[in-house]
Amino acid sequence: MDFDTILQLAGSSLRLATPLLLACLAGLYSERAGIFDIGLEGKMLAAAFAAGAFAAVSGSAWIGLLAAIGASCLLSGLHGLASITLRGNQLISGVAINFLASGMTALIGQNWFGMGGQTPQLPGGARFMPIALPFAEALGGVPVVGPIYRDLISGHNVLVYVALAAVPATWWVLYRTRFGLRLRAVGENPGAVDTAGVSVVRLRYAAVMIAGLLCGIAGAYLATGQSAGFVREMTAGKGFIALAALIFAKWRPWPALGACLLFGFLEAVAIRYQGIAVPGVGTIPVQFMQALPYILTVVILAGFVGKAIPPRAGGQPYVKER
Amino acid sequence: MRPALPRWADIALIPALNLALAFLVAGLVVLFIGENPVEAMRLLLHGSLGSSYAVGFTLYYATTFVFTGLSVAIAYHAGLFNIGGEGQAALGGVGATLVCLALPWPHWAIALPFAILGAGAFGAAWAFVPGYLQAKRGSHIVITTIMFNFIGAALVVYLLVDVMKVPGSMAPETRNFPEGTQLPFIHEMLGAIGIRMAKTPMNLSSLLALLAAFLTWALIWRTRLGYEMRAFGHSEPAAVYAGIDPVRITVVTMLISGALAGMMALNVVMGFQHRLVLDYVGGAGFVGIAVALMGRSHPVGVVLASILFGILYQGGAELAFDMPAVSREMILVIQALVILFTGALENLVRMPVERAFLRLRRRTA
Repeated sequence: MDFDTILQLAGSSLRLATPLLLACLAGLYSERAGIFDIGLEGKMLAAAFAAGAFAAVSGSAWIGLLAAIGASCLLSGLHGLASITLRGNQLISGVAINFLASGMTALIGQNWFGMGGQTPQLPGGARFMPIALPFAEALGGVPVVGPIYRDLISGHNVLVYVALAAVPATWWVLYRTRFGLRLRAVGENPGAVDTAGVSVVRLRYAAVMIAGLLCGIAGAYLATGQSAGFVREMTAGKGFIALAALIFAKWRPWPALGACLLFGFLEAVAIRYQGIAVPGVGTIPVQFMQALPYILTVVILAGFVGKAIPPRAGGQPYVKER
Repeated sequence: MRPALPRWADIALIPALNLALAFLVAGLVVLFIGENPVEAMRLLLHGSLGSSYAVGFTLYYATTFVFTGLSVAIAYHAGLFNIGGEGQAALGGVGATLVCLALPWPHWAIALPFAILGAGAFGAAWAFVPGYLQAKRGSHIVITTIMFNFIGAALVVYLLVDVMKVPGSMAPETRNFPEGTQLPFIHEMLGAIGIRMAKTPMNLSSLLALLAAFLTWALIWRTRLGYEMRAFGHSEPAAVYAGIDPVRITVVTMLISGALAGMMALNVVMGFQHRLVLDYVGGAGFVGIAVALMGRSHPVGVVLASILFGILYQGGAELAFDMPAVSREMILVIQALVILFTGALENLVRMPVERAFLRLRRRTA
């Protein structure tokens, strides 16, 4: 494997990790506040559809992005209504949201565009195109560092950088602001937060809506960044891989980056090499590579390699004492 | 203390109101698309109940959902939310297929018990690991069963593409099962006693599904194990204090749950398709969640809810044919709305109804 191949593989890992990272951070906010979110997949799918549809009609990727965030936040609001206000089962709500997104995107897509649930192919202006960072070409000639800068760090679309910037931002919000402290507290012991005179309901809604925002960006990335339009079921389980990455990272921002890059890398390898020949073992089937993120997560969950302990109040509706 | 609601309101009124809300919203969706919801409803009912052909298909789908619905329901009684039915059913299909292809079975009646064992054992095995990990290592069963759905899907794709495929064929499916494993169709059975019915995929498994529902009822409410499961589901500390082993209950419940999900293979693989094809489950594992929620995890409720979803699936397919603007995915939307209103948003109806009953009671007292 030569240097160019490694660079290409790393670049494609980064691009594949981006939607995972955004969705993973979305789940992080929600679950750290005590609201389980298995509807990441559905929110991303709805967002991807909204981005594809509105970008196609308006010709602007930014309007697509706004629509994506709107669609995703709508579903987040529904999740909040069900699990915070009405104290329903958060897992069931998530399952319902996934189905709702899956059905509605196909139904409305067919109704609006009549292309079997797809949205029209987007021209360049309606997409987020790769941007070259300053001096990328000029520095390209410098050995080792140059190609890394030109091919790996530069040349992605803006949402990739947004996702990467969201990691330190999330860390800062969670660990260095009052809001973050309260957010973490409300996921561990909402009673204590309530006693301190802070609204549990408002905090949890805030967390759920941030999750909606991030899932919206993730969906827009899929439909208007990575591809040129929406296709049915284009999230293809990415929301669940993001959930797996969240557990893998034990609900922390920096490890989330690592987990998403790892899972992105696995996907990149699976796409590039259909089955890998390992000397002495034989060929590793591509399906094994695809299942590996899930297998790793089960191993982590089982506590054989470090223990993943979710936020303590996760999944339980909070009932204020009277 | 008296419960806030009389029993009939709890088991009939609230589900009915939830369902009405779900269909109201579904009607709005149809309206949004620019079609007539009443006409859509008529087409749906006609397509699912209008002829013996339609009824046969409806009940064929319903049979599948009874198995996956019972699977979710039984786990729910023990306080476990098994959303791994999809993966367990996929593996059950592999189990049933291995049994059917293993021997040149002379008659289906001989093959059937072994196929039940095969489908059940493979489904149970796929539920065992999440159950064991929940009981022993405290890993959340919802997450592990989701992960096992994906791992199972990848495994079955691998098996069909690389191992069990007919050599030389491109299609990822197994060879056809021998004649001696093919369950009799209901139209054949009815034909033998002189009743005419159109040819449909509905087969003997429908009776097995009813039997499974009865056995589930007996297990939950008439056996010691069922009592322990319900006690455990109500309050884990109390159950442990009463000497119930949490590990045993969790694992045994998940084994039964997985086996039931796996047995949907009897209906689809052994009863109709007569070979294993890619993604034969097709979301039925998830329908089981909706069915169990609507049926209040009671076997009778599960059977009724399964028939409703059978109507939706068969009628929805016909509807998509007659009214092309309403595509097949409308079923998914209705399914989502049913899960939403009977599951997550249940309190939307329950809270006002409880208040109304309280007021009524105060006035009469």
